[in-house]
Amino acid sequence: MEALGWWGVPLAVLGGAIRGSTPFLFVSLGECLTEKSGRINLGLEGTLVMGAMSGYGVSYLTGSPWLGVLVAGTCGMVLGAVHASICARPRVNDIAVGIALMLFGLGLAFYLGKPFIQPNAPRLPAIPFGWWSESPQVRAALEVNVLFLIGAVLAPGLLWALYNTRWGLAIRAVGDNADAARTMGYAVDRVRLLGTVAGGFLAGIGGSFLSLYYPGSWNEAISSGQGLMAVALVIFARWDPLLCLFAALLFGGAGALGPALQSVGITSGYYLFNAAPYMLTLLLMIATSSTQRTLKGAPNELSVTK
Amino acid sequence: MRLLGGSPRGAAEALTIPAGALAVSLILFGIFVAMAGANPLGVYETIYSGAFGSWFSWQNTLQRATPLMLTALCTALPARLGLVVIGAEGALIIGALATVAIASVLPGASHWTVITAMMLAGMSAGGLWVGFAGGLRYYRGVNETISSLLLNYIAIALMNHLVGGPMRDPLVLHRPSSWHVGERNMIGLIPGMDVHWGLVFGVVGCIVTYVLMQHTVFGFAARIVGGNVRAARMAGVPVGRLTLVTCLIAGAAAGLAGTTEIAAVHGRASTSLVVGYGYTGILVAFLARQNPLAVIPVAILLGGIDAAGGLLQRWHDLPDATVHVMRGIIFLVILASEPVYGRLRVFQQSVVAPSNGVVPREAA
Repeated sequence: MEALGWWGVPLAVLGGAIRGSTPFLFVSLGECLTEKSGRINLGLEGTLVMGAMSGYGVSYLTGSPWLGVLVAGTCGMVLGAVHASICARPRVNDIAVGIALMLFGLGLAFYLGKPFIQPNAPRLPAIPFGWWSESPQVRAALEVNVLFLIGAVLAPGLLWALYNTRWGLAIRAVGDNADAARTMGYAVDRVRLLGTVAGGFLAGIGGSFLSLYYPGSWNEAISSGQGLMAVALVIFARWDPLLCLFAALLFGGAGALGPALQSVGITSGYYLFNAAPYMLTLLLMIATSSTQRTLKGAPNELSVTK
Repeated sequence: MRLLGGSPRGAAEALTIPAGALAVSLILFGIFVAMAGANPLGVYETIYSGAFGSWFSWQNTLQRATPLMLTALCTALPARLGLVVIGAEGALIIGALATVAIASVLPGASHWTVITAMMLAGMSAGGLWVGFAGGLRYYRGVNETISSLLLNYIAIALMNHLVGGPMRDPLVLHRPSSWHVGERNMIGLIPGMDVHWGLVFGVVGCIVTYVLMQHTVFGFAARIVGGNVRAARMAGVPVGRLTLVTCLIAGAAAGLAGTTEIAAVHGRASTSLVVGYGYTGILVAFLARQNPLAVIPVAILLGGIDAAGGLLQRWHDLPDATVHVMRGIIFLVILASEPVYGRLRVFQQSVVAPSNGVVPREAA
């Protein structure tokens, strides 16, 4: 930070926001899709860590990080299918199933991941958008990973698809009123199964980013809770995929603010910055909730907004 | 038998279905370890002896069950009102921080004064933490599941902030930790056992809250709210006060778990408190079908599985995460067995228990 002084702070936050937001982005898009269909999946933390482990393992064994990303997504799909099929049974609480799957996914990832803690696997590439600059800080900040770019395209794409395709209509109909959707001829449980499986796919990819790009190795402490936090993020983003992108950047940037300030000598309050997104989400919920109606933008079938 | 289901048949059902689910999960887990090349029967035997095979393993099991009993109450009690609170993790941390803080402002006080103060501080701090979520639910309509989840992360960040700065003990180098509450202020072991007094707090907490929820006017009113909030309001039940008080008690239980983790185990607050007791407690509550008395055996069962982890590694060359896989399978199978209640012909004519004990609550 010597060359840029205080200007280094926003630059480091920008770089950190892009880097830190990628797992948030994928997990929250997945969670958003699942919640749009009327179910909440609190198990994405387990999916994320399972994705991190399987992605790293496959990249190490085959030498192809992209194959790792694909396998990570597939693992997420399997966990999503388990969640959806248990929740489809009557009187089962989706929150409890989510937490059970979170613990199961973490356990399975630690169990299968033991052999991959030591070795080095090939990592995902990044695109150096900062090539024009002499400054190493600018170069570092503008080195954007490919998964973030994919996610940034996916977010508006998902928004468009939700409101302009037959699939999007089915998901929203099922999420807003299951009985009405049933009379319209939609198979409610099947739509939710697909929504949860697709959500698990995205969350698994978010996990592979952790092990294959940043921090870029597999260990048991790889996730700092991004999977559970995605639930808060989706509420913050009002169930809008495009807003998920900005919320993910905000959550990622808040995490990067602490280290950036530390580099210019501000060391206190480091952890409080990390908590800022949660306090913001809580304040937002306090400000906009009401005892009379559900949250604006929330799918009506969602248990946690009733 | 009235403890379980209201009728002998209900009781038989409440015992048979979890036992059947447990058997199914053991078979699934056996297939899992067989794929890893271990002998399933040998693994079962090891888990049994590691959990309940000797007095030594029993003590280990009870020690691990202690925090789970108290954190499970944090979910089980509000569930009677139809609320799904998942904030035990945060309440435990806040209770632990309050315990450390109160011990540091009472340097010269007597042993019993400090211990009483620590317990009261932990319980009030945890109670206010979850009570806040309950208050938000009642007065602002903020969903208690999400707010308690957010409060967990805020509590973790607060603890990291305090143990990394204002409350940091500079003499501890390997990880940021708070001051020690003082060796002479520690809660000791139960005489004749290698288990600390926290176990007694846990068991007493479960029994007291069971009596409160099952045999008092308060508990009766709470169950009416859980059944139908509008009908409860019509009958003049003070829904707001019930919600607040129940959440206060629930948080106090988790806060007490924080106190015992500090005053009986760690001595100081650090990230070693964040090991998922809160989240495991949620599942203990669901497996116990939100019945405070059933929390005791379920917590002991899970404590036993935890205790067996090290032995599996030593005797079968399985990773220590094996028991986490087993725990996950048990949770999933038991949750999936929920629809079986009231469906088996043998148990018909019995009173059907409400789903999970959690009744979806209409918009308040």
